[in-house]
Formats: sequence, structure tokens, C-alpha cells
Amino acid sequence: MNIFLAVLRRDLLLAWRGRSDLLVALAFFLIVASLFPFGVGADPVQLRAIGPGVVWVAALLASLLALPRLFAQDHDSGVLEQLLLSPEPAVIWVSAKILAHWIATGLPLVLIAPLLGLMYRLEPGATQVLIASLALGTPILSLIGAIGAALTLGLRGAGSLLALLVLPLFVPVLVFGAGAVDAWAGGMSIAPHLSLLGGGSLAALALAPFACAAALRLACE
Amino acid sequence: MNIFRFSSPQTFYPLAGKLIPVFGTLAVLCTIIGLYLGFFVAPTDAVQGEVYRIIYLHVAAAWMSMFIYLVMAFWSAIGLGLGTRLSFYMTQALAPTGALFCFIALWSGALWGRPTWGAYWVWDARLTSQLLLLFLYFGFIALTRSIEDPRRADKAGAIIALVGAVNVPIIHFSVKWWSTLHQGASVSMTKSSMESSMLWGMLIMAFAAWFYSLAVTLARARCIILERERHTDWAAAEIAAKGAKA
Repeated sequence: MNIFLAVLRRDLLLAWRGRSDLLVALAFFLIVASLFPFGVGADPVQLRAIGPGVVWVAALLASLLALPRLFAQDHDSGVLEQLLLSPEPAVIWVSAKILAHWIATGLPLVLIAPLLGLMYRLEPGATQVLIASLALGTPILSLIGAIGAALTLGLRGAGSLLALLVLPLFVPVLVFGAGAVDAWAGGMSIAPHLSLLGGGSLAALALAPFACAAALRLACE
Repeated sequence: MNIFRFSSPQTFYPLAGKLIPVFGTLAVLCTIIGLYLGFFVAPTDAVQGEVYRIIYLHVAAAWMSMFIYLVMAFWSAIGLGLGTRLSFYMTQALAPTGALFCFIALWSGALWGRPTWGAYWVWDARLTSQLLLLFLYFGFIALTRSIEDPRRADKAGAIIALVGAVNVPIIHFSVKWWSTLHQGASVSMTKSSMESSMLWGMLIMAFAAWFYSLAVTLARARCIILERERHTDWAAAEIAAKGAKA
């Protein structure tokens, strides 16, 4: 448990010291989401209809953009190799790194989502559902994305390869995340969507760190 | 005879060489019989008319594209678990064929959709899952091709194939939840809503797809074996013999 907390603390500290990078990812999220009205027109009814989907797609792209930083710096500086050589189980510190990454890049998306809700004229209830779905769904993005980030570590053209690898796997998150808001707007129960997102998070939490640790070992062989 | 004898590339290489013509011939025969049944024997569909006949290509390709991904996941698990090189070669030899069938299924589906649904593409659950499956194939191929160290490429490919295989049912379920417009499956294990000559045509075409996949996968596996085992004496001799013949 000590290593978990130590790696978590270290990664959060590093993220805080390099916070301009995180702000860039956050700005990207805002810009992508605010491009859509220019493309489809500013009709409030239409904006309200596409809003949740747009916010979710922007969240997907923003978390994709942030993924390469998850392991790249530690790979370059040799920290990753030292961690792999340590007797501590890799799954523990890999989980800590993913959690730190989610706190640094996923959580800000959740917190800034109400602003986008205002831009898209979502009703307050819809915005709350959107926030809940983002809070439950973005951990899945970080967990699955971490596998892709580990597999493409140190490769040429890693960024576009990463997109090809993980975006198809993100589709279910998008479906249930944006679907939750649509279900709320249609007067249906949002419980199934949110339960599936939460269940997906737990399943990814149980499985992804193992795949990620195996992929990191490959990258550092 | 011990079947594990053929898990060595050296013994598998000549075996594959002997099997390729067998499977190739069977594939040609099945294609001829299947297409004959489909185009000349099977009756015209009561609802869709002649256009339904694309089913003989479409269904076989769609089944094969999904099945090949499962086989890839199977070989990946074996390869990661037992560390057998040949399993990774098989996974990589299968991927292009899987992607090809995926593409054929989508393309023939589009041509079928235009006259029956009035559009080349509709955002329906099965079409969309098939499209995402194609992206998974592309991701696998791109990842294994862009890693220079072959051993890392093997294992990285195996990991992404397994991650994909875990996700395929989830993707399918989520997309189904999202929208459904596609006609229900006409064939199930217990009963079928089709004329028997139609069914036979389709099944024989499915066998044709199987035999074709086996033949081209083994041929591709042989190339991969020679390329990757070129540092061994037997493979070097094999390559030299091929060079002398050419």
C-alpha cells in the first residue's frame, strides 16, 4: 500500500508542477466542444439535442490527447525501468499512476462540464446527469487508455496509433454516457446507464492494470 | 502421434505446405457449388426479389470476420500462456484475412442495403459493430507493424487482441442498445426461416470462406516463419533452395 500512496503522491505532485500541460488539455476540451455550434448552427433546440453527445466526444478526445503523458516521461527518464525492477507488484503502482492520471486529466473534465452545459443550454437536471455520467465514465477512459499508452510507448507515430487502438474501445462509454442524458431528457430512468458505466469502471479497474503492467514490461525489455 | 510436434515452426512449415493445396482446392470447389446453388437452384426471395442473393457472399464474410477475431484471441492467449512463437505467427497471419472479410461484409452489406433499405449505410447495430470490428483489426495490424522488435510486436499484438476480444461483446451489446434496425438473424441453431436450398448455398459458401481462410493463413504463416526463423539452419537452407529455383 505504501508504494501505491508514494507513486500517487509523486505523480500528482509532478502533474501539479507541470500544470500548464493539463490546462492545455482542458482548453482543448473546451475548444472542441465550442466548435460544434459553428458547424451546425446555434439553434437552441438543436444544441440541446446534440449537447451531451458533443461534450462526451470532446471528453473522449481530450483524454486521448492526455494519454501519452501517462508513461512517456517516466519511460524517458528511466523511472519506469526502476519501478519494474523493484520487488513491489507492478499492478499496484500502475493502478496508482492511472488514478493520478485520472485525477489530473479526467476529473477536471467532469468539473468543467457544467460550463459546457450552459453553453449548450442544457436543463439543470440534464447537466447533473451529464456530470454523473462523466464522473462514472472517465475512469474507464483512463484505465483502457493506459493499456494503449503502455503498448505504444516509445513507438514512432505513437499518438495516431493510440487513437486507432483505443477509440473503438471507448465507444460503449460514449453510448452509455451520452445515452444517460438522452434517457433523462426522454423521461426514462437513468439508472441502467449509470449502473452500466459504474460496472464498466469496476470491471476495467479489476482487469486493465494487469494488461497495462504486462504491456509496460514489454516496452522496457 | 503427438500433436504438439507441430507447434515447432520447423515441423509446421512442411505440414502447412502440404495442407495449402488441399484447403485451396476445397475452397474453390465449395465456392463453385455454393454459388451454383445460390444463383441457379435457390428460389427468388418472396420479399426482396433477386437482390437477396448477395447473402451468399455477405453472411459467409460476416461470420468469418467475427470468427477469425476469436481465433486470433485464442492463439494470443496460447502464445502468452505457453510462449510458443508459432501462436503469434498464426495470430498475425490471420489478421489481414479477418480484416478483408470484415471489409467484404461491410461492402456487400452496403450494396444490399441500397435497394432494400434505400441507403448504402444506416447506423444500425450490426453494421456499426462490424465497422468497429474493422477498426479493431486495423489497430492490431497497425500496432504489430509499427513495433520494430519482433518479440515485442508479437506480445503487444497478443495483448491488444485479447483486450479487443473482451471488448467485442461489450461493444456489440452497447451498439445494440443504441439502435436496432437490422433484420433479425434468419438462421439459428434450432430453426431456420429459409428454403433449404438457400440455406445449403449459404452454408457451403461459409465452408468456402473457411477453407479459403485456412489456405491463405497457412501460406502467410509460412512466409512469416521463413522471415522470422531465417537465422536457423533449416530456414536458411529453405530460403536458399527457393532462391536457386527462382
